[in-house]
Amino acid sequence: MTTMLTLENLTVELGPKDARRQVVRGVSLNLQAGRIQGLAGESGSGKTVTAMAVLGLLPASARVTGSARLGEVDLTSLRPRELNRIRGRRVAMVFQDPSASLHPQITIGAQLTDHLRHHLGLKRKAAQRQAMELLARVKVPHPQEALSRFPHQFSGGQRQRIAIAIALACDPEVLLADEPTTALDVTVQAGILHLLRELVDERDLAVLLVTHDLGVMSAVADDVAVMRDGRVVESGTRAQMFTDPQHPYTRQLLEAMPDAQESEVL
Amino acid sequence: MSTSASRVSRAAEARVSRRSRRRLPAAWRSPLAVIGLVIAAVWFLAAILAPWIAPYDPLAQSLPRLTPPGEASIMGTDALGRDVFSRLLHGARVTIPLAGMLVACAMVLGTVIGAVAGYVGGWVDEVLGRLTDLFMAFPTVILAMVIAASLGPSLYNAVLAGIVVTWPMYARVTRSLVLSLRSQNYVIASRLLGYSPWRSLGTDILPNMLGPVLVLASLEVGTAILLLTGLSFLGLGAQPPTAEWGSMISGAMQNIDSWWLGVFPGLAILTVVMAFNFIGDSLRDVLDPLSSAERQGAGAAAPPASAQDEGADPVSALTSEISEQEAPR
Amino acid sequence: MNELLKVEDLVVRYGGMTAVDGMSMSIRAGEVLALVGESGCGKSSTARAVVGMERPAEGTVLFRGTAVPPLGLRRRRTEFTAIQMVFQDPNSSLNPRKRVGEQIADGVRAAQARGLNSARPDSWLEAVGLQPEMTTRYPHQFSGGQRQRIAIARALAAKPDLIVADEPISALDASSQASVAAMMRRLCLEAGAGMLFISHDLSVVRLMADRVMVMYRGSVVESGPTPLVWSEPVHPYTEALLGAIPHPDGRGVLPAAPAAEAPEEWASTLPEALSRQVETR
Ligand SMILES: Nc1ncnc2c1ncn2[C@@H]1O[C@H](COP(=O)(O)OP(=O)(O)OP(=O)(O)O)[C@@H](O)[C@H]1O
Ligand SMILES: Nc1ncnc2c1ncn2[C@@H]1O[C@H](COP(=O)(O)OP(=O)(O)OP(=O)(O)O)[C@@H](O)[C@H]1O
Ligand SMILES: [Mg+2]
Ligand SMILES: [Mg+2]
Repeated sequence: MTTMLTLENLTVELGPKDARRQVVRGVSLNLQAGRIQGLAGESGSGKTVTAMAVLGLLPASARVTGSARLGEVDLTSLRPRELNRIRGRRVAMVFQDPSASLHPQITIGAQLTDHLRHHLGLKRKAAQRQAMELLARVKVPHPQEALSRFPHQFSGGQRQRIAIAIALACDPEVLLADEPTTALDVTVQAGILHLLRELVDERDLAVLLVTHDLGVMSAVADDVAVMRDGRVVESGTRAQMFTDPQHPYTRQLLEAMPDAQESEVL
Repeated sequence: MSTSASRVSRAAEARVSRRSRRRLPAAWRSPLAVIGLVIAAVWFLAAILAPWIAPYDPLAQSLPRLTPPGEASIMGTDALGRDVFSRLLHGARVTIPLAGMLVACAMVLGTVIGAVAGYVGGWVDEVLGRLTDLFMAFPTVILAMVIAASLGPSLYNAVLAGIVVTWPMYARVTRSLVLSLRSQNYVIASRLLGYSPWRSLGTDILPNMLGPVLVLASLEVGTAILLLTGLSFLGLGAQPPTAEWGSMISGAMQNIDSWWLGVFPGLAILTVVMAFNFIGDSLRDVLDPLSSAERQGAGAAAPPASAQDEGADPVSALTSEISEQEAPR
Repeated sequence: MNELLKVEDLVVRYGGMTAVDGMSMSIRAGEVLALVGESGCGKSSTARAVVGMERPAEGTVLFRGTAVPPLGLRRRRTEFTAIQMVFQDPNSSLNPRKRVGEQIADGVRAAQARGLNSARPDSWLEAVGLQPEMTTRYPHQFSGGQRQRIAIARALAAKPDLIVADEPISALDASSQASVAAMMRRLCLEAGAGMLFISHDLSVVRLMADRVMVMYRGSVVESGPTPLVWSEPVHPYTEALLGAIPHPDGRGVLPAAPAAEAPEEWASTLPEALSRQVETR
């Protein structure tokens, strides 16, 4: 088992000078090739900020300490130009807000093919074919016509799937997926989870899966970490987490889950 | 790389950048920004202080004619015995404020027209769009010449001509910004709360596109200076004996051997235009800090787009618009 | 009957594409109607037509018996500010250059314009589980789930009679989901308002909604009281939806993914699946 990405004592301070706050306080995580690391936690606990710190996507005023090592390189110390070569190519990210990664005035097809041509140096035709395959893979209906549409002409869930397609386009080594299935209904979600599992098993992709949906977590994550207030309060394998939670907050999370079995209406 | 690719990457970058709006100073540290600001500041001071620091009256024909730069007059004198240095300083008082006025008027006019076209849509957009296209169909300088000539040569007519030929650019940029902003959910949300369309245009749309428009305007100051001095050079702007850089150069044409007559006003124009371009570029970088260095980097997806995004991305729309517009020049 | 919203044979088209194909529904005061269905089946399109963002190609949308006017160049009449929407995409639903307190205050003013009292913005923030002193922050200083809650606070601050909530809590963690959902439902019932609650999360829908409508490819395939549809689904698509819910049991079982091609029977119409009633006899 090879470790792809190691976060060590990652700390992030955000906000204006006079009101700086630590929003991530010493997070350490290991992403292994061929495994899915789940990350759950309270809303506002710093999950998104952690993922964005890895790729250097925080505002310039952010103070990041600790390290995020991809192989030998510490991503937090890279310069923007070098980071750019890694982003999207070796480490891809699916953003919590799918429309954030799509340019509103450019067709989906152009965005996908540009991405493919830029990172993989594909020819126009090949890029187009691949773009279509990618869309079909994430189950966007009528991929051919979809290529010529603009982001706002898709439904929320379709946009989310397109964002996933773009992230997977270059066959990355590490995928940081921030709530990738929140906008999806359960049947489509199931399809995406299968796809994710398949990529992880076949291509040894390492995944950080941020989700608040413990059902999703339980379905695909191999390891689970729970964050609260900027800290990882518990981490372990999936089975440990679900059957024998140690931290009171984890227990609380599991209890809060509107369980499929109970039936009283609020 | 194809234009749209770079547009995409800039889009993504722009998103990151918009978070840095509140930290102007950081982006101003680039050397070009500093150079631009310093040069502009020097010229502003020169313009303001001209009456006190100019050694001679710019109009007085009191010195020996066509003396090369020397002790008495550091930039020499012209064919009528006027001090070039004094005229240069006083020229700054003429050109810089007028260029500023030109840009401000064109920006306001263009922004209003573009915003109305984009927001109202329908036939209003159609008509205003046609009008904009009509003005943009002619080469800027030639159109300005024709207008200035038909209004009669004077500096104010030159400014007017400049406004007429440059507003469409702002209109086009504004229209596309408004189009992409008006479908934002927050615009709709405030309409649902009972805001009138105009109020939501004012509070939800305009503040979110001001940055890009200001960048465009600051880049345009240089162009406006070139246009005004150009028209004056052709005799369509400032009239003798006004001390104005363009007409100084045109006067120099008759005394081609006296190099100092043309070189100094030329340098003046060059430095001012350059300064404003540097400032405009830095302003764009403030809104979009990765754009200059990393234009090639980010791909469509993984890139800096982010959950921290603040909504639409007028900046990227702008950057693409601007680059299209800059092409022909 | 106290009918707030009545939608009849609504059709929404984008160019040649029909996104909503003849859907009808009605919402009474104090009732929560859930709309669930596949991604892309036309839920948001329906919501947009209800609030007047999209002009229906056919059919009518009546709010208290009056057709909802499309959002045009006119200011919305005060009585229609009683319809509020929470948008699916929390990021673009807040103005990036306005402090969140001011944005919630916009909602408060809308309530006041209709002669209603509404709490101060900071207490609305508290109601959705955020700190009251956050009013001076800008939207980008919040996490995704926090922004969604702010958007909910703004809509609720307007004291709407009809809330159209498009995936309002999908970005929240389970415990905030439960509390925000409970709060929305409570406020709705207390004020006698109606809610159209769009979600793909059936477990939340079950807690929230009195009635549920299942949509598939632009039409309603099954509708009825939530407990009934939940426990005895009739339509094959509803069954598939219920079957694909992942269970948080820690066993790592992937939910059954539907075959690549959606089964044909999902698109079929079963008359007995529509407007189901609990059999009393
Ligand atoms: N630019 C910023 N300035 C100041 N505070 C910020 C900024 N961005 C995020 N925060 C704060 O940092 C904390 C962590 O945010 P983050 O987006 O990582 O949460 P999250 O775990 O992803 O939550 P969610 O599930 O709601 O998306 C939040 O409390 C948020 O308010
Ligand atoms: N502006 C548009 N132009 C063209 N097609 C559109 C437009 N908006 C939506 N569509 C299409 O209409 C269909 C219904 O979209 P809608 O947004 O209503 O779906 P939804 O049920 O809300 O899905 P989701 O759960 O993914 O948000 C989708 O197939 C979408 O691609
Ligand atoms: Mg988040
Ligand atoms: Mg939707």
